Amino acid sequence: MEMFKYQKDFKMDVLKEVGNIGAGNAATALSQLLNKPIDMAVPKVQLLGFEEIAEKVGGAEEVVFAVFLRVEGEAPGNLFFILSPDAARNLLRRVAGISEVSGEELSEMELSALNEIGNILAGSYLSSLADFTSLSMYPTVPALAMDMAGAILSYGLLQFGQMGDDALLIDTTFLEGQDEIEGQFFLIPDPESFPKIFQSLGVPFE
Amino acid sequence: MIEEQSVIKVGMADLNVGSHDKVIRTTGLGSCVGLTLYDPEKKLGGMAHVMLPSSEIAREGKLNIAKFADTAIPELLSRLLSLGAIRSRIVAKMAGGSQMFAFAGGNDTMRIGPRNVESCKRTLENLNIPLLAEDTGGSYGRTIEIACSSGLLYIRSVQKGVKEL
Repeated sequence: MEMFKYQKDFKMDVLKEVGNIGAGNAATALSQLLNKPIDMAVPKVQLLGFEEIAEKVGGAEEVVFAVFLRVEGEAPGNLFFILSPDAARNLLRRVAGISEVSGEELSEMELSALNEIGNILAGSYLSSLADFTSLSMYPTVPALAMDMAGAILSYGLLQFGQMGDDALLIDTTFLEGQDEIEGQFFLIPDPESFPKIFQSLGVPFE
Repeated sequence: MIEEQSVIKVGMADLNVGSHDKVIRTTGLGSCVGLTLYDPEKKLGGMAHVMLPSSEIAREGKLNIAKFADTAIPELLSRLLSLGAIRSRIVAKMAGGSQMFAFAGGNDTMRIGPRNVESCKRTLENLNIPLLAEDTGGSYGRTIEIACSSGLLYIRSVQKGVKEL
């Protein structure tokens, strides 16, 4: 991860803008699904230690729902859409029209609906990134998990694990009115993807 | 479960040792493996949070030996020995190595959990350390802690509750 140690603020800004564009589209998609305005926080781009990444969603043991998509193509990486269990139930009630969301365990249909919501949002996130960078990026079939954040997110860090103990994370939180929906996008591009992203945007990468 | 002040935390790609009333804990194991070594006479325990199977694939400048199965286990062993553990008494337990996401046509990364487990077993064999118990595989996360007083390994998961090895 040496290459990021001396990363200029400028490069972080470029990545932030990349995250911004993607999340902007995803926010629009979410707002259409919910039929109400959705704001999003300005994306953060951070080089974080592995431990700190799980801290971003409340700690390694915090139970979360996550839709995971492996990004393939010219700039591969890992994309997570993370929701707290409350936010997941909230979304199901309002998007899928499931009025009685079952108790502790979600039903097969609820899980499948959640997976599809995640898929729609991640798809719009990714397609706008692909447009912006002119790089081909396409998602694999999404997978849904409900488990400890540490166990889920560590999966996205394996590529970074071969290089060091930090990973570059672009994260965005969605807001609905005054209340945070507590839905977060985590994009963890593979280390090899950075030169390609910068190059495609005309930023020299030394 | 256990009082906080006696807990030694082990982070991701990290390892540590403790003795007597101490408890060593690591949280949120997915495809990573939590491997513990224990000397029952001296009540000395150690835990490594192994992330990847082999240091051969490392491309980092300065190797973090706690991260890889083949380097973390020997390091953990030597830490225990330097605290006074006796080589022939040391036994191992482990948990983790799950596949958090199941995909059709999964590549090598997808299988990293099982590969971590295999590599831990191979390393233990090479070091002649008996593996007393394991709770590996599946598709769920685990938090584990070893009580240095007894060598018991507690495993907690969202779906399966608490288990004791």
